Amino acid sequence: MPEIHVDHISASYRTPHGATPALADVHLTVPRGTVCAVIGPSGCGKSTLLKAIAGLLTPSVGESRDEGHAASLMAGRVTIGGAPVNPRQQSIGYMQQNYGLLPWDTVEQNVRLACRIKGKPVDEAVFHTLCAKLGIENLLDRYPRALSGGQQQRVSLARVFLLRPDILLMDEPFSALDAITREEMQEVFLHLWQESQVTTVLVTHYVEEALYLGQHIVLMSPHPGTIARVIENPLAGDEAARGSRAFQQRSQELRAAIRQMIRRENGADGRMTGPARQNSQAEPAGQDGPDGKGAE
Amino acid sequence: MRKLGRVLAFYLTGAVILLVLWELIAQILQLPIVPTPQRVAEKLVRIFWDFIAIHGGYSLWRIAAGLVLAVGVGYPLGLVMGYFRRADRVLAPLVYLTYPVPKIALLPILMLLAGVGELSKILMIFLIIVFQVVIAVRDAIRAIPAELYYPLYSLGASRAQIFRHVIFPATWPKFLTAIRVAMATAVSVLFFTETFGTQYGMGYFIMDAWLRVNYLEMYAGIVVLSIMGLLLFGLIDAIEATTCRWQNRQG
Repeated sequence: MPEIHVDHISASYRTPHGATPALADVHLTVPRGTVCAVIGPSGCGKSTLLKAIAGLLTPSVGESRDEGHAASLMAGRVTIGGAPVNPRQQSIGYMQQNYGLLPWDTVEQNVRLACRIKGKPVDEAVFHTLCAKLGIENLLDRYPRALSGGQQQRVSLARVFLLRPDILLMDEPFSALDAITREEMQEVFLHLWQESQVTTVLVTHYVEEALYLGQHIVLMSPHPGTIARVIENPLAGDEAARGSRAFQQRSQELRAAIRQMIRRENGADGRMTGPARQNSQAEPAGQDGPDGKGAE
Repeated sequence: MRKLGRVLAFYLTGAVILLVLWELIAQILQLPIVPTPQRVAEKLVRIFWDFIAIHGGYSLWRIAAGLVLAVGVGYPLGLVMGYFRRADRVLAPLVYLTYPVPKIALLPILMLLAGVGELSKILMIFLIIVFQVVIAVRDAIRAIPAELYYPLYSLGASRAQIFRHVIFPATWPKFLTAIRVAMATAVSVLFFTETFGTQYGMGYFIMDAWLRVNYLEMYAGIVVLSIMGLLLFGLIDAIEATTCRWQNRQG
């Protein structure tokens, strides 16, 4: 499993008013075989960072094709195991927000898609155990539209784990799920991950999720997106620690740090919003600044 | 299968209602210009294979040739215009200027350029369908959200794979709709073009029967042309029902 190295990258969005910086000089190393959780308030460039690592912001892979998508990489480079990121050569498991299932393909076709594109033969036994583990073996003939959010999530997980990618990138993978399903899926993910130990970057806006899954927690601050702090997290992957006092204390600390960041941000803008938000979220769900469709 | 039965029942109900109406009007008017459906049906059965089938064949061939040509030219053109913004900037004004021109008005010019034979008729149908296809495909590609490309980009998919897995399936339903809409116009335009410079085709057959004051034959021709249109529609519906299942929630 290669390590991921993000070497001083900057990225910006093309908007009708010119370029808006999204990432400024982000430098980060994710050691091989670890999970790095990226957390921060909305608009801090978390998703953009993930896209940069996925190679979606490099000119060769379409982001800057004629169609003109939102962001583009301006400076710096991303290397995976020493080689510059290139989706054609490396095998990248990218789980985007809203799961990235193709609506016209059945669940089975969607699960097999990544291997099919990569030209990797599918081990049928692995395919079936994976589907059974994720509880989607009865849904294989269905189309994504007929699935619940949690089910789509499982299909998406099945796709990346069937691919056995070099690196795994997950963009708020569990955020659209209800609390119970979310915890369940985090455990499912952890079990699958422990089998493969793939180097993973996970973007989240849930403090608990970051603490539960990430050996390293990267705290990002917005406008433009920079890395504020990198925190070692010994509590990662420990189911027993999840309800412990240390866990709660840690999450309080993290939340306070994010709150402080938001307050400073609001102060700088000269507008005041209410006091810090509700307990379990660092930012409102479902928004992530100018990423995605923002500039369209 | 149950769905097929429902569709057939639907068509059958419509046919029965139409026939009852027709019968009523024929009985009330009692004119030779409105024969009863029964007499027309008898006539149709008697002359179909000997006289009408060849005309139907010619009409179908013209529609098929025009359609194949229109898809062959229109789909790639729409693809290029939808995918490459620069191509669109050059081609869009051309398409927009020519799109509203009633194509049937160009028939005299077409006949002068391409002759009064097959070619001008096929070109006419081509012109009717091609614009619908270009615009439908282009707009369908434009409507694809960027996120739908990400799974393929992040896997390093080739252009061909992106076409196969995203662009083609995303444009297919709108493409079919465009064909369906254009087909209705194409059939009526075909009728018109077949009244010139040919001895074959349903248009010719109907107008010829009319000039010979053979109303039974004329009606038989109208019925056959209508059934042809219905079958073409039904065919497109069937293709849509089998290939676009992913669009309904039940899956």
